Amino acid sequence: MSETPLNPPAFDSNRCAELLRTWLNRQASADAVEWLEQRIEKISEGEQRTLFLSFGMAPRKVGKDDLQLTKDDVQQAEAARPGWRPNGWTLDQTARTLLLLSYPSTDQERFIETLDQLFAAGEVGELVAMYQAIPVLPHPNVHVLRAAEGMRTNIPAVFRSIAHSNPYPSEHLEEGRWNQMVLKALFIDLQLDPIVGLDQRANATLMRMLIDYAHERWAAGRVVSPELWRCVGPFANDTAIADLTRVLDKGQPLEQQAAALALSQSSKPAATEALRKHPNLDRQVRDGKITWSDIASEMNSTS
Amino acid sequence: MRIIDPHIHVTSRTTDDYEAMANAGIVAIIEPAFWLGQPRTKVGSFLDYYSSLVGFERFRAGQFGIRHYCCIGLNSKEANNVPLAEEVMEALPLFLAKEGVVAVGEIGFDDQTAAEERFFHEQVELANEVDLPIMIHTPHRNKKEGTSRSMDLLEEHGVSPSRVVIDHNNEETVKEVLDRGYWAAFTIYPKTKMGNERMVEVVKKYGSERIIVDSAADWGVSDPLAVPKTAKLMAERGIPESQIEDVVYNNALAAYGQSGQMNEEDWLKPQPVDQRNLFAGNSVLRGGQEPRVDTPKEESSIIE
Repeated sequence: MSETPLNPPAFDSNRCAELLRTWLNRQASADAVEWLEQRIEKISEGEQRTLFLSFGMAPRKVGKDDLQLTKDDVQQAEAARPGWRPNGWTLDQTARTLLLLSYPSTDQERFIETLDQLFAAGEVGELVAMYQAIPVLPHPNVHVLRAAEGMRTNIPAVFRSIAHSNPYPSEHLEEGRWNQMVLKALFIDLQLDPIVGLDQRANATLMRMLIDYAHERWAAGRVVSPELWRCVGPFANDTAIADLTRVLDKGQPLEQQAAALALSQSSKPAATEALRKHPNLDRQVRDGKITWSDIASEMNSTS
Repeated sequence: MRIIDPHIHVTSRTTDDYEAMANAGIVAIIEPAFWLGQPRTKVGSFLDYYSSLVGFERFRAGQFGIRHYCCIGLNSKEANNVPLAEEVMEALPLFLAKEGVVAVGEIGFDDQTAAEERFFHEQVELANEVDLPIMIHTPHRNKKEGTSRSMDLLEEHGVSPSRVVIDHNNEETVKEVLDRGYWAAFTIYPKTKMGNERMVEVVKKYGSERIIVDSAADWGVSDPLAVPKTAKLMAERGIPESQIEDVVYNNALAAYGQSGQMNEEDWLKPQPVDQRNLFAGNSVLRGGQEPRVDTPKEESSIIE
């Protein structure tokens, strides 16, 4: 089966920068805003050293409070850059993204070389800021290897900054890399629900990888995340249906809900058959009373 | 008692050490950039090392509820490879403004060569420029002269002694260091540096003002619990608690806190974003909570 071609949206980095500036100016102190404006002016003239120093100093100037966004702000973000989710950002992260967006990008090679240096020297907060900034950076198609490199991290916060609330992977990663990202998220106990494009990018290979992983977990006497079944349902083969049926019959309540939801996404007769034996769950699924997001937040509250 | 170990090379230590340190009450540590037991040959090796100090090691410590800070600098041994040292000097500014960098260090003398002196001068200038405190490594050989010379050099640049920690002191150097107004750190390191019984006597003689205890534990035979063990020994030998707190916690915080990069709130009341990013998955430390005093786990041969 050939892969569906990826179709990243067009967007204007400058518009994203405008929004970030508006939000930051609303919340940061006057001193911090002044500092940032001065830095941005120098950086936009191509002063690399100023970028490096200001990038490090951003938290001590603007603080690390969570960025406060209204529903309207979030909608404007979506309009400026489809899939962009800056809710959950912090002030220093916002300032750092603005600094990056201020650096001249017409010379693509120099822009990327400068980014590479920042990545190579990045501390944890800086790495998080940079990976979350990737979706709004200019030259969107050249950051694929960077994102793939970042996913090899052993620091969950850094991995999360790529995998969660970030539209870039679903738009730019080919199937092999995408599947590794989803599997690794499970492997390091991260939620799947915040992965942008999770359902759209489900595929038969990922389904098989997830089933193998579930079998490994069971062999080791470890629990399997209920969210694992989310990317299994639509492509479930006979093995997967048998596994899901067993989870539906014998699992914990949350696992049963997940299995019911996954089975409902399969068109196989065996799936329909299995669900029929659990009329309550079947009805809840049909009525939309069980969703993957509910299951994810339920997991979160009990973990 | 809360403890800071303001000089430890944790990149060389295991997770067992981290667990033991957290159990012993260590809440924060400072890892000065040093050499790795053998000389590096490429500037990239330095850059990756610095990057691990501000990156992965900071995260690794956080998993055990320990806040990790570092000092960035070119050590005196490797300053002797001049062409390489020049390349390292060019790269240092990229790291000095990073969050969690509390000083330029450890810098100073090893063999007291001309090259060491040159890069010592240059890094003091750099510290002045970026407004960071300085951590001085005093030489193990010809220590007394090297210590005096280090302070002379610092004073040539007009550095305030209150911004400098002179490390690896002993009974022979401490008086001059304190008299000249510097912070005097002592490294409790078996055989080659201070033993902690001697440390008790130093505090009895000089009190606790501007005196700091550290472990400098690294890849050699050393003890990551040297600071908590010394605190315990001091209590057993009748040193007042307030003095013990000064030498194992307050003084290090006051000296390196001058960087603006190290605040008690960082571990007592971490910001939400730091809880999410640096203490992810950690159940050891929560805001305002006392360090845990776990009973040691039964030795078990089961690995889950």
